[in-house]
Amino acid sequence: MEKPDSDFKGGISRRSFVKGATMTASSLLLGSLPISASAYAAGSGMIKVALVGCGGRGTGAAFNALAAGSDVKLVAMADVFENRLEESYSRLSLRFGDTGQLDVPDDHKFTGFDGYKQATDLADVVLLVTPPGFCPRHYKYAVEMGKHVFMEKPVATDAPGVRSILESGKMARGKKLNVVVGLQRRYQNNYREILRRIHNREIGDIISGQVYWNQAELWVKERKPEYSELEYQMRNWYYFNWLCGDHILEQHVHQIDVANWFLGQYPDKAQGMGGREVRTGKEYGQIFDHHFVEFTYPSGAVIASQSRQIPGCWNRIAEKFQGTRGFLTIDGNHNAIIRDRNQNVRFEYDGGDDPNPYQQEIDELFDSIRRGHVIDNTDYGAKSTLAGVMGRMATYTGQMIDWDMALNSQDKLVPDHIDWDSEPPVLPDENGYYPVPVPGQTPIV
Amino acid sequence: MSLFISITAINISYYYMFENYRTRTEAKYVTHYVNFTAFLLLLLLILSSCGMLSNSSDTDLEIPESAIEIVINPDFAAYSKEIPGSNVTIDMVPVQGGTFTMGRASGEVGKSPHEGPQRQVNIDSFWMTSHEISWEQYELFHMEVVEKEIAEEQLDRFGIEPDAIVTPSPPWGDKTFGMGHTGRPAVSMTHYAAVVYAMWLTAKTGEFHRLPTEAEWEYACRGGIFQNYNLHGDPSALDDHEWFRDNSENTYQRVASKKPNPLGLYDMKGNVAEWTMDEFHTDYHEILEGEVPGNPWFKPEVLYPRAVRGGSYRDPAGEIRCTHRRGSDGHWSRNDPQIPRSMWWHTDAPFVGFRLLRPKETPSREEMMEYWIMPIFDF
Repeated sequence: MEKPDSDFKGGISRRSFVKGATMTASSLLLGSLPISASAYAAGSGMIKVALVGCGGRGTGAAFNALAAGSDVKLVAMADVFENRLEESYSRLSLRFGDTGQLDVPDDHKFTGFDGYKQATDLADVVLLVTPPGFCPRHYKYAVEMGKHVFMEKPVATDAPGVRSILESGKMARGKKLNVVVGLQRRYQNNYREILRRIHNREIGDIISGQVYWNQAELWVKERKPEYSELEYQMRNWYYFNWLCGDHILEQHVHQIDVANWFLGQYPDKAQGMGGREVRTGKEYGQIFDHHFVEFTYPSGAVIASQSRQIPGCWNRIAEKFQGTRGFLTIDGNHNAIIRDRNQNVRFEYDGGDDPNPYQQEIDELFDSIRRGHVIDNTDYGAKSTLAGVMGRMATYTGQMIDWDMALNSQDKLVPDHIDWDSEPPVLPDENGYYPVPVPGQTPIV
Repeated sequence: MSLFISITAINISYYYMFENYRTRTEAKYVTHYVNFTAFLLLLLLILSSCGMLSNSSDTDLEIPESAIEIVINPDFAAYSKEIPGSNVTIDMVPVQGGTFTMGRASGEVGKSPHEGPQRQVNIDSFWMTSHEISWEQYELFHMEVVEKEIAEEQLDRFGIEPDAIVTPSPPWGDKTFGMGHTGRPAVSMTHYAAVVYAMWLTAKTGEFHRLPTEAEWEYACRGGIFQNYNLHGDPSALDDHEWFRDNSENTYQRVASKKPNPLGLYDMKGNVAEWTMDEFHTDYHEILEGEVPGNPWFKPEVLYPRAVRGGSYRDPAGEIRCTHRRGSDGHWSRNDPQIPRSMWWHTDAPFVGFRLLRPKETPSREEMMEYWIMPIFDF
């Protein structure tokens, strides 16, 4: 989901589809009656998977699931847009069309905002890979229906969403469901090895750190005349907070999560700054192009977090920590290095042959399901999401935000009900510009 | 005799330099031209006075007769060309064609099995970008769509439809890997992206560019007509010329910030490894056809592996050589969360960049199309 649009910008023809409507025959026929009310039990044959959210990352997650074993079958797909669903299906067909693992007849393809329910009903495992604003309701439904879950990060865009995830998580624990969250650094060997070394006190107590997701430009979707306002926001979702949560959350949650993980705590305070310096056009919706947040932890450790999406600047996606005994630098590209206080290299991780982390997290999920074990990432998935929300609250308001303020925030971004006739929760002004937070003026809600 | 030719060449060179100065306002063009010409003339004068031109068998620097063509042919000089619509230039140096010994001698220590046996190979003349394509040069391509009008105007000359040009989607994440941007080599692009960049530059400039073949690359790296240029094994000379593990601090470095090879090409063996036009065959040297193959090229038919030449900032000194070759690998995109994986960006290949070549003789339309290979889905 931290991803641009597909590669096929211009030049390569693709099938064009009529806008996906809610009223497809398939969604009417099946209604919402659960077909299988309990998740796959260990040792009982094929594992049936439903994909909810058929964008580039969703297609990738479905691919990973099918590559996790020949006993995995994709049986249902759901997306608000029919064209995205069909594109995803045809891509999967290219690789899995003749394996028997791609088993999604037309009446198991569900479009519209409620399609996730029918798709979930048909599966043992659901892959929740939509824009994050929808994740809490999808997760809640999956857990109610007793399904194992893979869900992408972040798991919500606002505090009410985080509370919902935590609440559903209690039910998931009760039902012994496997829940893997797409914070894939937790599944990478370099991070696991470094965590072991941190516990081994090789850098001593972590007292400070710097975590970065500074990159250049990102995709943006052009508004087309035939789009309703809601469709435009759904297609250009990255720039609308109710759907995306801003990039400090949507992308940078990876680094914030690493800090939380390595420190073994969540921040109790955050303050920072941010704004829209370069990306000021109306096509960029509401989100900032840069955030800089200082997170303070109960141990006293301070983590400086930078997230920027501005072309032409210094870029970095990595995490650095300073401990009482040494320095650590680590990144998602399978690198890690520990230096002592005199800057001598004490350990260098060689991850040249490490596996694809997206495959790894899915492999571990299916492996756990097959063995009847339980992996449950709900708690850290929700709390690191909240830490991102907290950082965003700090940069939007310009105020000091503490953990409980964030957790109890009443700032509800996502409407309870939405369909194609709904008005989106944020609207442009008469000139086409969307409301943008202003530090010092935007209130803490 | 040699001296006579040189003096004549000086006159001719000055004549054309003056002509160029009158017709072109780009001072940089003239500077490059003078520098390169002066360099060659100096060499010719020194060598001819030492009698080395007639005794070439036991010296590292050989100047065959054909070298003189560079001096007396003003159309085949170094030049600097602005990419239309930008203030970014592409700097090209001429590489006079010839026959050379390709591959690594069988006796060399640590010889890689894929780098021999040695073969004689014939190469036609070309220009090559003096340094690895930089981020400034690359971003013009990936951050803007080429205007259709410009493409039409330029490609019309070749009778090619401009619709063929597709530009990349933005990369996800940080394409620089925290190693810096300005003046640094562009990296992480797929082989296909580098091929399309060449197509794009052709459309922008109206001059045909492409990736070098493995053979052309090695010929240029070895110094072309000055072949046997070989710094391998001399650590101090290597440090003067190349960026590699021992001096790079594990990051790529500014292009052209070390000394060039005798042709004026920078960073051939180090800094970043470079894409070539070939599919990677481990038995390359065995499967070359003919006694002295001319301009050999193995057109890619599979997505992986494709041939990458030279070492990079990550490689130890022993890997910094003109014969160094490796094949690309799907592993280079393992951190791509989408399917199919990006046709434009590798997520795990920060050590790969490229440079371009422009053949001295512009090929036919059909031949150009041969180089514009089609994308293949990466699952």
